[in-house]
Amino acid sequence: MIQLFKMALRDLGRNRRRSFFSALALGIGLALLLLIAAVIAGEMRGSMETAIRLQSGHLQVRAKSYDENKTSLAWEDLIENPGQVAAQIAALEPVQAATPRLFATGIVATGDETSGARIVGVDTASEANAPYRDGLVSGEFLKADDREGILIGQPLANKRGLSAGDTVNLMVNTSNGDVDEQPFVIRGIYSTRTPGIDEVTVLMPLAKAQAFAQAGDHASTIFILLKDRDQASAVVDALQTSQYQVLTFEQMNDLLVQTEALAGGYMVVIYLIVLAITATVIVNTLIMAVFERTREIGILAAIGMKGRRIMAMFFAESSLLAVGGIAIGLVLGGLMVVYASTVGFYIGDFGVNTTMALGDTIYAYLTPGDAVTLTALAFVVTLLAALYPALLAARMEPVEALRGGQ
Amino acid sequence: MEVAKIENVTRTYTIGKVETQALRGVSLSIESGEFTALVGPSGSGKTTLLQLIGCLDQPTSGRVTINGKDVTQLNRNQRADMRRGTIGFIFQFFALIPTLTAYENVEMPLLLNGDGAAQRRERVMQLLESVGLADRARHRPDQLSGGEQQRVAIARALATKPVLILADEPTANLDTPNGKQVMETMTRLNQETGVTFVFATHDPRVIQYARRIVTLQDGLIIENSGAFTAGSEV
Repeated sequence: MIQLFKMALRDLGRNRRRSFFSALALGIGLALLLLIAAVIAGEMRGSMETAIRLQSGHLQVRAKSYDENKTSLAWEDLIENPGQVAAQIAALEPVQAATPRLFATGIVATGDETSGARIVGVDTASEANAPYRDGLVSGEFLKADDREGILIGQPLANKRGLSAGDTVNLMVNTSNGDVDEQPFVIRGIYSTRTPGIDEVTVLMPLAKAQAFAQAGDHASTIFILLKDRDQASAVVDALQTSQYQVLTFEQMNDLLVQTEALAGGYMVVIYLIVLAITATVIVNTLIMAVFERTREIGILAAIGMKGRRIMAMFFAESSLLAVGGIAIGLVLGGLMVVYASTVGFYIGDFGVNTTMALGDTIYAYLTPGDAVTLTALAFVVTLLAALYPALLAARMEPVEALRGGQ
Repeated sequence: MEVAKIENVTRTYTIGKVETQALRGVSLSIESGEFTALVGPSGSGKTTLLQLIGCLDQPTSGRVTINGKDVTQLNRNQRADMRRGTIGFIFQFFALIPTLTAYENVEMPLLLNGDGAAQRRERVMQLLESVGLADRARHRPDQLSGGEQQRVAIARALATKPVLILADEPTANLDTPNGKQVMETMTRLNQETGVTFVFATHDPRVIQYARRIVTLQDGLIIENSGAFTAGSEV
């Protein structure tokens, strides 16, 4: 075996430039795959994290009859005494934060211009508001007893030329089906770097939102963040009651989960295309080697080397090419992934018109599973690429091979 | 003891629609210890006959028996086993593997034979000494002269202690002193080890070393210098 690889190494060394470029082709292919996998995984992971932070939390407790799509404000669809319920949930050990939130639909009007808004009433003291508090670009965060203040997202502010301190009219669909309208002062402008969400989300203190939407002491949901998302199922089990429904982030972000599954399917196709192109280079290199060494194959056959050992010689060469190519690929791919995971790719407001929680920058995230799978796949494909040249060499008649080289 | 027996062998090559009869019914018996030359002009069938005896090719008809075994009935792998254990080859071109050293070239048949490392080392050094190249063991073919390369090929042919060594124009690419040295090495090894040598040539300087001469022309044996007698003089 050692001799086999020693021979293979020397044979590859005969045409170092060709061998290097073959390994480089594999390396570039692998590096691209690592980058693509990391970007897709990073985007999916980032979207899920954003969705959890801004929209769904890890868990939500809702009234059984609450329908998120209707943003119902009917009292029977809401949670009564939400502060008390949230406090009970917050006492559970795996729970990082539990806070009531009230959702209502409305319209932001400035001058002659209007646009749809999702009004969110929040407990201003909750740490679950961190994305908005930390994302303030101007003004200040809301106070619990503020009866006139709101926060708006930077995309809306930019679109309308609004600043902190400006006044806008806000219309809301109330619980009894009427529309109420009040002027509000913009206390602050935030950016969660998720343009699609920031443009439509208007925050106000929970008490004001309850009064404005005539929701009494009710909330649409108890928004829960966990210390560890893997604890979600355990906490769901602990929270099950006949009164409420408890939803996990996966259930609430099913579109994202489905998109991830779909992306996974497309990724397999991309992997195969890139590796097929790479394999073609390896096949070409080894076929050239077979033709260049026809007489040597004849000599080896003449002194008693069997076909399977001749095949093994070419498999040894392809596995060395694979090792070299994978080493190049891991270095190149590693550098690209490090860049893409720290600096990221800026996509701007691409996410504005999507329903997904797309940020303005995609950060790559390479999972160990993807790295191992792609490396193993590159190795296997390179070995498979040697099959045809190896068979070609092994099936040569010794006498023909000896004659062919002369 | 009969090492090789060729019975009414024919070999026809078909290239496109043209059929060429390289051998037209050749019968020959080679006894153990012979030092036999196959002579004849180019195209007479010398190389084809060597290839059939060497299990490198299969006859169109007839039977080839090596060491008592009908090799025409063997499959591809069995013929490879026969070549590895029973037959050694020396080719006209210096048929060494260019990436391997002289030592490694001689070692290759022993590796294929599955011999242990210590056994291989001892055998390879013994063979390289016997062809006068022990000090060139670590040299690659491109660092050896043509004559030295051919002597390494002789050592390799002897590695697995075959009963029969076939040499196709072994001196064709050598100058006179190197050709002489190669033929003297083959002669000495034939006498020292008793291994049978059959070589094809049309070089009169080489033919003089043979103790038996088989002449071919147009695919037929037209002259056989006679039955081999052990120890007979040239």
